[in-house]
Amino acid sequence: MLIEFLFTLRRHGIKASLRELLDCLAALEKGLCFGSLDDFYTLSKVIFVKDETLFDKFDRAFADYFQGVEQVNIANALQQQALPADWLRKEFEKHLSDEEKAKLKALGGLDKLMEALKNRLEEQQKRHAGGNKWVGTGGTSPFGAYGYNPEGVRIGQHESRHRKAVKVWDKRQYKNLDKDADLSTRNMKLAIKQLRKFAHSHEGEELDLNNTIEATAKQGGLLDVKMAPQRHNAISVLMLFDIGGSMDDHIQICEQLFSAAHSEFKHLEFFYFHNCVYEHVWKDNERLNDSLLDTYQLINKFGKDYRLIFVGDATMGPYEITYPGGSVEHWNQEPGRVWLQRLTDHFDKVAWLNPQPKNYWNYYQSIEQIDGLMERRMYPLTLEGITQAVKTLT
Amino acid sequence: MFKGTSTYIATAALQQAVNAAILLEKPLLIKGEPGTGKTLLAEELAQSLDTELIQWHIKSTTKAQQGLYEYDAVSRLRDSQLGDERVHDVNNYIIKGKLWQAFSAKKRPVLLIDEIDKADIEFPNDLLLELDKMEFHVYETQQQVKADIRPIVIITSNNEKELPDAFLRRCFFHYIDFPSLEEMKAIVDVHFPNLKTTLLNQALEVFFNLRDIRGLKKKPSTSELLDWLKLLLAEDIDAATLHDKTHQGGLMPLFGALLKNEQDVTLIEKLAFMSKR
Repeated sequence: MLIEFLFTLRRHGIKASLRELLDCLAALEKGLCFGSLDDFYTLSKVIFVKDETLFDKFDRAFADYFQGVEQVNIANALQQQALPADWLRKEFEKHLSDEEKAKLKALGGLDKLMEALKNRLEEQQKRHAGGNKWVGTGGTSPFGAYGYNPEGVRIGQHESRHRKAVKVWDKRQYKNLDKDADLSTRNMKLAIKQLRKFAHSHEGEELDLNNTIEATAKQGGLLDVKMAPQRHNAISVLMLFDIGGSMDDHIQICEQLFSAAHSEFKHLEFFYFHNCVYEHVWKDNERLNDSLLDTYQLINKFGKDYRLIFVGDATMGPYEITYPGGSVEHWNQEPGRVWLQRLTDHFDKVAWLNPQPKNYWNYYQSIEQIDGLMERRMYPLTLEGITQAVKTLT
Repeated sequence: MFKGTSTYIATAALQQAVNAAILLEKPLLIKGEPGTGKTLLAEELAQSLDTELIQWHIKSTTKAQQGLYEYDAVSRLRDSQLGDERVHDVNNYIIKGKLWQAFSAKKRPVLLIDEIDKADIEFPNDLLLELDKMEFHVYETQQQVKADIRPIVIITSNNEKELPDAFLRRCFFHYIDFPSLEEMKAIVDVHFPNLKTTLLNQALEVFFNLRDIRGLKKKPSTSELLDWLKLLLAEDIDAATLHDKTHQGGLMPLFGALLKNEQDVTLIEKLAFMSKR
């Protein structure tokens, strides 16, 4: 039972295991959810999903799986027309309230309703074949009993409730929490929290006074010195932002990244460049000439333990990277490629974050070139991308 | 079955999550924006089940061991040097931690492990077995502590660190969404039953508009809204003033309760100024 559900979830990238499945079955056994797809949705979400970034994947998996069930259901329902009519009628009437029975009469009795039901089912089957996803339209009051055909009882959903439930997962309200989605303010915060991971590094040891006293006491007074690894925000980050030109499209996300990074690191240095790094970087876009810094100076000033993060779309003419004088703004003696090489040679840990969606990367030769110069350490500016970049930088 | 309390509105999904955790005896991990009532849930749950709430607030220095027990070797050493009689029994120096308290409670208690993500990255892993089997071993006294009744465990997290997979597998998970307008009305209703409808509608409108503004450093959440309403009531401010866009240069009255950040205040002022032109 529900084994196929587990596999559907795994296919959609939710790493659920047998343990969750057993939990879910136990929950069903305890009667936590009976006869409502809506309840099953919330229950299985509680059990199978452990992170809100996976909610969207879950919603899609759920829709996928239960769409399948739905189709089976209707196919079966069609077969039921061959079932003994008396039996079907009995099953049917069992579930009708007095009010519904009255309505039924108004509609011309059960036979007529059955007829309508049959037609409706056929119609629905056709619509399904046409690829229309959720056929909940039949669920208005006289046919509210739809859900109570014998097969329906098995899943036991109530038509109207069912429609409501569909909305919940078809709405995909957690879409923007998905890891692969572009960053919004909230995601950005989550992503930056991951950057913090490498902000605590272990460098050398120091005397652990508390533990020493403790251990000495345990020994009955014999000195037992304990050391502990030092923990402090030792990580320094150097960020180089591409600015202007095609980066204008991404300015908001870069600003967010900047402010988020700014609050996380004690030692954060940043400079700007345009398209590709050449002899100079600068600190202030408005006083460009005053704030120019020689790239050699940059290399000499910041030790190789600085984590270097480029932020840029790497979208430019290939000659801007490969030829002397290729820059669009000034005459550069040496090609950008050489400067990038110098930087990656100097700094131990380098990553490039690219706000350009990854599926566009193939269309730009320059992205391929820069990715090569970065030794494939270019990552998209998404949650997932930042996570990978952090791994490279750690 | 938990259905929320007179002062705490729980959505159907949250109710189900809590009930699943109670019935299947699994820890329930709660996440959500700050101020959506994660910690409050444990308090209200304990109250509605009429049982004890044991709170364990986690800090960056908290160790898993501290939740089990601590052996106060230093006191023992001191006592031995002073010739105190207590020194012969090691039990005198074993200090029970929160988990031990929860394991030995008479009635099934609610154990709140608050902000588990604040602790060291290894912290959740160190608690795996204890939360799973609900038992642990006391090395100093060779005693096995085992829970007769498994406590209801509520764990909250603010997402500062990712929790290890092995730990997550043992938990149920619920993410508290930010309340919708209707849910928010229900929440405000239980807190301020006598609030005038016009004032409430106006206030909620201001509040949700504020949340929609992009670029706010800290979006106001439920707890800020409740504080603000309290102030509005206390100052007896009417709906018309709330509606008046020119009040105090475009800022809502008593904005300090909603906006906790100087930059945010400046941003709102700027926006109000721009919209006036």
